[in-house]
This record gives sequence, structure tokens and C-alpha cells, in this order.
Amino acid sequence: MQLNKVVKALAFAIPVLALAACSSTPDADSDTTGTTDTQTSQDRRGVEVGGADRMRSPEEQRQQRYAELRQETTIYFDFDDSGIRSEFAELLSAHADYLVRNPSVSVVIEGHTDERGTPEYNIALGERRAKAVGDYMRNLGVQSSQITTVSYGEEKPVARGSNERAWSQNRRAVLVY
Amino acid sequence: MKRLLAGLLVWMAAFTAFGQGSTLEIVITEGQDRARPLAIVPFQWLGEGERPYDFAEVIAADLTRSGQFSPLARNQLPATPGKDTEIADYSRWARLGVEAVLVGEVSPLSGNRFQVTYELIDPLRGQITGGTAQAMVDGELINSNDHIIEGRSSVVSPNQFRQYAHRISDVVYEALTGERGAFLTRIAYVYIDWDAENPYHLMVSDYDGYNERVLLRSPEPLMSPTWSPDGNKVAYVSFENGRPEIFIQDIYTTQREKLTSFPGINGSPAWSPDGTKMAMVLSKDGAPDIYVMDIASRRLTKVTDHWRIDTEPSWTPDGKSLVFTSERGGRAQVYRVDLDTKRVNRITFEGESNLGGNVTPDGNGIVVVHRAGGLFHIARQDFPRGNLQVLTQTSLDESPSIAPNGSMIIYSTTYRDRQVLALVSMDGRFRARLPAREGEVKAPAWSPFL
Repeated sequence: MQLNKVVKALAFAIPVLALAACSSTPDADSDTTGTTDTQTSQDRRGVEVGGADRMRSPEEQRQQRYAELRQETTIYFDFDDSGIRSEFAELLSAHADYLVRNPSVSVVIEGHTDERGTPEYNIALGERRAKAVGDYMRNLGVQSSQITTVSYGEEKPVARGSNERAWSQNRRAVLVY
Repeated sequence: MKRLLAGLLVWMAAFTAFGQGSTLEIVITEGQDRARPLAIVPFQWLGEGERPYDFAEVIAADLTRSGQFSPLARNQLPATPGKDTEIADYSRWARLGVEAVLVGEVSPLSGNRFQVTYELIDPLRGQITGGTAQAMVDGELINSNDHIIEGRSSVVSPNQFRQYAHRISDVVYEALTGERGAFLTRIAYVYIDWDAENPYHLMVSDYDGYNERVLLRSPEPLMSPTWSPDGNKVAYVSFENGRPEIFIQDIYTTQREKLTSFPGINGSPAWSPDGTKMAMVLSKDGAPDIYVMDIASRRLTKVTDHWRIDTEPSWTPDGKSLVFTSERGGRAQVYRVDLDTKRVNRITFEGESNLGGNVTPDGNGIVVVHRAGGLFHIARQDFPRGNLQVLTQTSLDESPSIAPNGSMIIYSTTYRDRQVLALVSMDGRFRARLPAREGEVKAPAWSPFL
């Protein structure tokens, strides 16, 4: 989370700094604290001064994208299924990448189900989902010691109601740092 | 944060009253077409002023709820006798088509105690004998009151009134059906109030929802309450420490002990019929498997070993085998394992899947959650391979638990988007709902005979 903020702040600050360096306005100093990432600024004499995006390496771009992805900590499942849907592959890669680079960080993976089926069966199904996520992350290089799984089955729904909309939101695994 | 929440766990002294009145209240939704008519006459009060308690009302409600009887409305009764000798004309009662007439008297004693006397009368027999039959006993002709099926008397205090009314219901039920009544029993269940700081409540009440008590409140889920065979303890799963653990709690002394805290699932506890062992589900070695733990020594025996899900153990009454749910055949079905030989046999074959098997008290069959066409209903099936009979028409039914006399099943279902408890008779003819006034109610467990 902290790292993510730093990356974001840098992404904004670098272009602004570059812009400030070219500018001769008296309040240039305050620009460095600005939050805008606009690349153009109107000078008093009507001259437009522009700056280019700093070239970022593919790795840096990936890091930024991962940092954004890691804001999301929930993935969803199909009914009575613990397969990782392909749409969540990159999200899990982002979390795995973070954990690989921070071996002292650990994560709890919670498995949840919808209300259909018996509570005991759903505890088992929730565990299977949590373990599926854990296995996925281990395959991406995360240490087993960093991962704990717990299944809450159908006991902690995020959406209430007996309809597909609520059910699809409740069939989930949540990464808790 | 989690630790802080766990610290907030309020764990209640057992049997402190919970709010005002009871959360549950029974609404009969179906059945009684085959129920046998009875006359439950309001008991005569022989003291001064208002009668202290309406025994007949509680008894009539009990017998109605059994699904087997349909007591007449009070305004249909031709008279209100307090005892057999006050019945002038048996034919007036016989004409009502009732199979039995219950009459009673309550008289005041000193020290706020009361004498409660009642008689259960067969009006047809009374009509034939005129109230006094003569019978040959040891070669002598004597008068007999064989039209009186049952007659008893007892001294009770006001705080025992409701319990004694249930006791009378038991006597009437057994006299007329030959089967023991289960009106003096309790249910344990989980009540969830989503708006409360500690939403999860472990509750115990009389079987009819009265005398509700909180055994435990927690910010984290509570699951799977189950009774010890002596009815003194409840085992359940609590997530209060951020993971599932099995606890045993004495419902009278409030004493509580943690039974298991293995890595992974600690779930689905089920007491052996002799009370010495606990069947459970653990996933410490990988997939969820069935284990049996000796409670005194904590020694663990692995009963099933399969890479797919095994869960929901239920003992056969002889304590020699367990039925359980397994996915070993693909979809979840119910299997039976012999504890000596570890031999496993599949029991259920119908529908998409069958889960949550409960062995009936007579050991002759199981009650399951049956899934067909994507719907979950309660069903029963006789051993070894009888037909499966679907008993309910409610939706998302789960957690069936059988009354100790095998007459009725309590289960969890969904009604108007909330989880509520419901009752269905073993033949599926009688159905009732126990809606909570607010929140959700689930995981019911019927106590043994108390």
C-alpha cells in the first residue's frame, strides 16, 4: 500500500518537476506540490511551454499498473467452482509480484461462497477457492509461509438477498494483508 | 483490528434472558388434512379470581404442531367439564368425531403451588359403558374406568407451568400414538442480527421458540451447533479467533472449552450416541476428511481419506458407522462408512446431489438436503436403498435436524430473502414456518429428550 502511494506520487511529481524547471514564473516553487499532471502551462506572455512524458521502462509501467491493480483485493468465482477466471489472472499476478518482492509481507486469503448448498459443504468449497488462489500465487513464486487461507463459507455475505446478483458478489476470495 | 474485534467478543452467561419475548414464532403453513380431531377442554380453575395459567392453550398448540392432531376450537366444545365425573353425556362428545377429550383441574395449594389434575377420555368407550364398565379381575366382577385413557396429578409452581403443559402434551401424544412425545425438547440455532456490533448469536430455546436464551455473541461467524446426548452441552464452530475452531459449552454452567484448533477447517462436530467421541471435519492434511476424536483423551482417528471433499458426518444410533457427504463420485452424495472396517458405501443416487445426511433416530433411514433442477429441498430415504421422498417445497433448504422421536424435522430455509427456520413432519404432510421477527436464523439443532 505504502509503496503504491510512492509510485503514484512519483508518476505525478516527475513531469511536474520537469515542467517547473522550464518555467520562470515566480510561484514556480508551489507548482512542485501541485497534483496536476498536465503537460502544458500558459506563460504570462502567451508562450506555451510543453514537456514530454519521461520515458519509463516497461518494468516501471508494469509496476504502476500492478500498483493500481492491487487496490482491488477480491476475485469472483462461478457457481460451485473454484477455478480462477482468466479475467483475474493479472490481478493475482500483481499481488504475487508484490509478495515476491516483499518476502516479509504475508497475506490471508479468505474463501467465501453464496448461500446455496449446505453451510458445511460451503465451508469446504470456500476453502477450495482460497487454496486455489494460494496455489496460483505459489506458482508465481510466492512463498508458502507468506500465505494463510481461511474459509468462511456462506457465513459472511457482502451482498444479501437470494438472487443471482447477490450470489455472484458473494462467491469470492478476498486477499487481506 | 481482528484481535481488537475478538477482544470485543461478548460471551454471555448462559440463560440470561434475551430481550423481550421470543424471536421465533410458529406459523403453520400446511397440513392437518389427516390430523385427528381432539377436544382439549380449558382446565377448570378451582381457586379465587383469574386462573393462573391456560394449560389447555399450550397443550392444544403442541398437539397441533405435531401435525398429527387438530384440536377443536373452544367454541365448538359442548361443555367445559373439569373431570370425567362431570361429563354428563359422552355421546355429545362422541358426536364431535373426536378421538379423545382432555379435561383438567387446577387448584391452589399453600406457598404459591398448584395441584394440576387431568384425564384423557375416550368418548366412544364412555358412550358404550356409560362411564362404568365391569370387568372380570381374578374371577371377580369389578367396576373399571377403561374409558379413561390416562389420568394424572401433580404439584407445580408457576415457573413450571409451561414445562408441565408440555409434559401433559407428551403424555397425551404417547397415549394416542404409542410414540414418545418431543414437546419437552429444545433447539439450538444461530441467530444473525446484521445491525448489531456482535451480529452472530448462538441461541437455545424451547422447541416452540419460547424461553429463548443467548449462549454466545460474537463479531465473527458461529456455525454448526450440535447437542451432547445428555442434552447438557452444545458443541459448535466459532471464528472468534479469525479461524474456525470447535468449542464445547455447558448450557447450564456456561463453562466453555476449545476442543480443536487445527490448521484449516475445524467443522461439522457431531457427538457419538454414547457421548464419548466427537466426529468432525478437518482439512489439516489437505482435503476435508472425516475424523473421530475421543473427547477425554483428544485422540484423533482418521475415518475417511480422499482428495475430494468429505464433510457432514452423522452417527447411526448404534455408534458403529457414520453417514457423510462426499464428492468422491463427482457431485456431492451421501455415503456411509463402517467405523471398524472403514468400508464406504454410497447411499444416495437420485437428483443432482444430496448433502447433509442425518440418520433418523430409529436408524432406518436418512434425511438429506436434496438438489434437483438447481433447487434444494429436504428429503428422506429409507435404508438401504429406499426411494427418495422430497418433503418440502420451500427454497434453499438446508441444515435439517430431526426431533428425538423422529416425528418432525426442523431445518433452515429462505423466506422473503431471509433465512428462517421451518418444520416439516417426517411424512411431509405438515409444514410450519418459524419466522424470526428480524435478522436471520439458521443451523437449527434439535435436542435429545430432556
